[in-house]
Amino acid sequence: MFAQQLVNGVLLGATYALFALGFTLMFGVLRVINLTYGFYFSAGAFIALFLTRQAGFGIWAALPVAAMGAGAVAVALDWLLLSRLRRVNAPELSSLMVTLGGVLALYSAATSILGPDIRRLPPDLVASDAFVLAGLRVTTAQLLILLATAVMVGALMALMRGTRLGLAIRAMAEKPDAAGLMGIDTGRLAALVSFISGCLAGAGGVLIGLNFNAIHPYMGEAMMLRGFVVIIVGGLGDIRGALIAGLLLGVIEVFTAGYVASGLKEAVAFAILVVVLWTRPSGLFGRAVVRRA
Amino acid sequence: MILLQTAGLTRRYAGLVAVDAVDMDIPAGGIHAVIGPNGAGKTTLFNLISGVVPPSAGTIRFAGSAVTSLLPHERARLGIARTFQNIRVFGAMTVLENVLTGLHAHLSATLPEIVARLGRFRREERAAVDRAKDALALVGLSARADARAAALSYGDQRRLEIARAMVAEPRLLLLDEPAAGMNPAETEALAALVRRIRGFGTTVLLVEHDMGFVMDLSDTVTVLNFGRRIFQGTPAEVRREPAVIEAYLGPKVAERLARREAATRAG
Amino acid sequence: MIIPPWLDDFLWTYQNLIHALGINGLLALSMYVVLAVGQLSLGQAAFMGLGAYSSALMTLKLKLPFFMVLPASCVVPVLFALAIGVPTLRLSGVYLAIATIGLGEVLRAVYLNVDYFGGALGLSGIPERAETWMIYGLLFAAVAILWLVGRSGVGRAMEAMREDETAAGVMGVNVGRYRMGALLASAVLAGLAGALGAHVSSFIGPNEYGFEPAVTILSYALLGGIGTPLAPVLGAWILTLLPELLRGFSDLRLVFNGVIIVLAVLFLPNGLLSWRMKRRGA
Repeated sequence: MFAQQLVNGVLLGATYALFALGFTLMFGVLRVINLTYGFYFSAGAFIALFLTRQAGFGIWAALPVAAMGAGAVAVALDWLLLSRLRRVNAPELSSLMVTLGGVLALYSAATSILGPDIRRLPPDLVASDAFVLAGLRVTTAQLLILLATAVMVGALMALMRGTRLGLAIRAMAEKPDAAGLMGIDTGRLAALVSFISGCLAGAGGVLIGLNFNAIHPYMGEAMMLRGFVVIIVGGLGDIRGALIAGLLLGVIEVFTAGYVASGLKEAVAFAILVVVLWTRPSGLFGRAVVRRA
Repeated sequence: MILLQTAGLTRRYAGLVAVDAVDMDIPAGGIHAVIGPNGAGKTTLFNLISGVVPPSAGTIRFAGSAVTSLLPHERARLGIARTFQNIRVFGAMTVLENVLTGLHAHLSATLPEIVARLGRFRREERAAVDRAKDALALVGLSARADARAAALSYGDQRRLEIARAMVAEPRLLLLDEPAAGMNPAETEALAALVRRIRGFGTTVLLVEHDMGFVMDLSDTVTVLNFGRRIFQGTPAEVRREPAVIEAYLGPKVAERLARREAATRAG
Repeated sequence: MIIPPWLDDFLWTYQNLIHALGINGLLALSMYVVLAVGQLSLGQAAFMGLGAYSSALMTLKLKLPFFMVLPASCVVPVLFALAIGVPTLRLSGVYLAIATIGLGEVLRAVYLNVDYFGGALGLSGIPERAETWMIYGLLFAAVAILWLVGRSGVGRAMEAMREDETAAGVMGVNVGRYRMGALLASAVLAGLAGALGAHVSSFIGPNEYGFEPAVTILSYALLGGIGTPLAPVLGAWILTLLPELLRGFSDLRLVFNGVIIVLAVLFLPNGLLSWRMKRRGA
């Protein structure tokens, strides 16, 4: 029972980590608070839903296409809402408010177009077999989630560590002004970072949709709180931190649901957030306070 | 009498000691300067004295009482005022309103008095406007009282900051690079203004890069380098002090200068 | 006072809209007071919910008369503001916004899951005791008080904080006290709005006080601006009237509010009424 819960928790946490990776990348590199991030998650899930239901895609084809579709949404929204604010060096609150408005508009529009109902991916999309290993039950969907997460995290690590693009991204995260001076086209780089973040969120959406077999417009909103918890606990822009914090959050949620009360699962992320913010008011990485002075 | 006294004052940032165990005594009255190469910790020292940044260690005493743990507004009430190196006027407000905010600590009308527009509130507000106008006259900005602060020229914004800091008649005025970006004529006018401020009995502590300005004006000069106080004395003493010359020009140049001076003296 | 019959008809037909305009005006002011000191605290919908639930319970369960219920409806939001104020006001920028939105969501979960609050069905059968004159009397009083305060040294301190908190502190503004004061004023105004709303609509439910209302209230202030206390009220009126005029699009109301926020931040950083009042009281 305990081991089974642990496995379920780790698998859930893997998708949280995937979601938070893009968030931490966007937060850390672009230095804006983009609340529309959760919408990419919903967008990925709905694109996958369309591809598998209407266009006859299999999951292996639908996952990357949906992820890239969400990435494209991310680039478009970043350009529409934030590129102008970045150019004029607008205060932090402006980006927060503009994306807050964007979130309200996007979710309401999605709900009025797609309807608020919960939708499901085709039942035969993934084989419903489960593997039993040493008494632990793992479904094909869960294996798929683990595999996809591992591949994407590995690719992201390789990109950041081993390529010139990764170097440019890290330079921009460290010192945006200096990056501009070094001849890095920060506008194009911002678009690229948005695309990568959107892909990660979109993939997360498809995989969560698969795990719970439930897709609805507001699914990304529920993830945002978790995303904040993971990046505040794991550290801003810290990829390894996001991975660990994401896994931990998944495990804690599953254990809370299993051993305390299933209704409290939703409150776990918030409780962690409250404790962290109360003890470390500017987050665990203390940036907001030293904005000026 | 000592007006401001720091003991072991230290401020650390991640991996950097911006102000390192600084002991400094500033006597009441007169004009005093803090100098040092870029990054010596001068602005951090001002932030510590005005309470904008809490110290990592050490104490600050002002007019005989400990102020180390007081917040900026509490220190303002005790008579510590300042200007900022990167001008920080309230841009959307008028020039006069900017100066009026400098009196904030001295307004005592309560909310009911304000809402009812009682006599005390009206009298206090009228007196505040009169004082603010005097402060503007002091810095020569009377004609711009109703202009938006953001619309002022750079030099005028610097003068507005001085008026805003002076309106409450502080005991200690901290000027953070007041002459930065000014032409020689403006700098000269500023020097005259600082002397007039001294005449009011306000002690002036200033950070400035313009050495001519500092040496002409100051009664004492404190020299910082890498966050440490390396010297405190009169301008004449500072000019002769080898450690200061070394801090500014680097050890090699300082050594060459010393050798040349010795040679001239010998020859 | 004799009301002419045509006016009586008009008031009867548009009663709900007239109530909504007044109540949303109060909510816009409750956003205004925190934005005016430069804080993006989004707890207004949560305060409104606390005012609505506590007042409805006082009326329904304790059978108290409305003249006692209305002032008492501020008590719970104010206590809540005091409790969250100490930890949250140390937060800045985005953390404050997230924490206050999160608190609203927690309260929503409480209303939903605790039977005493009626669960998902909410509370119904609340007598319609709030009168139009009460709503507009309070709105007028709030605008007048905020206007008079805004023209005094307190108003100058608030604007100074909004522009540059560090410099305001150095000028002698007790920044922490002003933040707390703004949060409490916000709680009072939103609590009153919640109580009035509950006692004109006869029904309240948990979803009226969640994330979407919180952002909608922000859109009032962003559209109108915060140069004067009238500006956010104007914003609230425009955003309350427009969906009535565009009835065919009424399910796109929230989309519209969201787009308004985006456009206001990008193209109208000072709001529609960008004119600011003189901050000299004498």
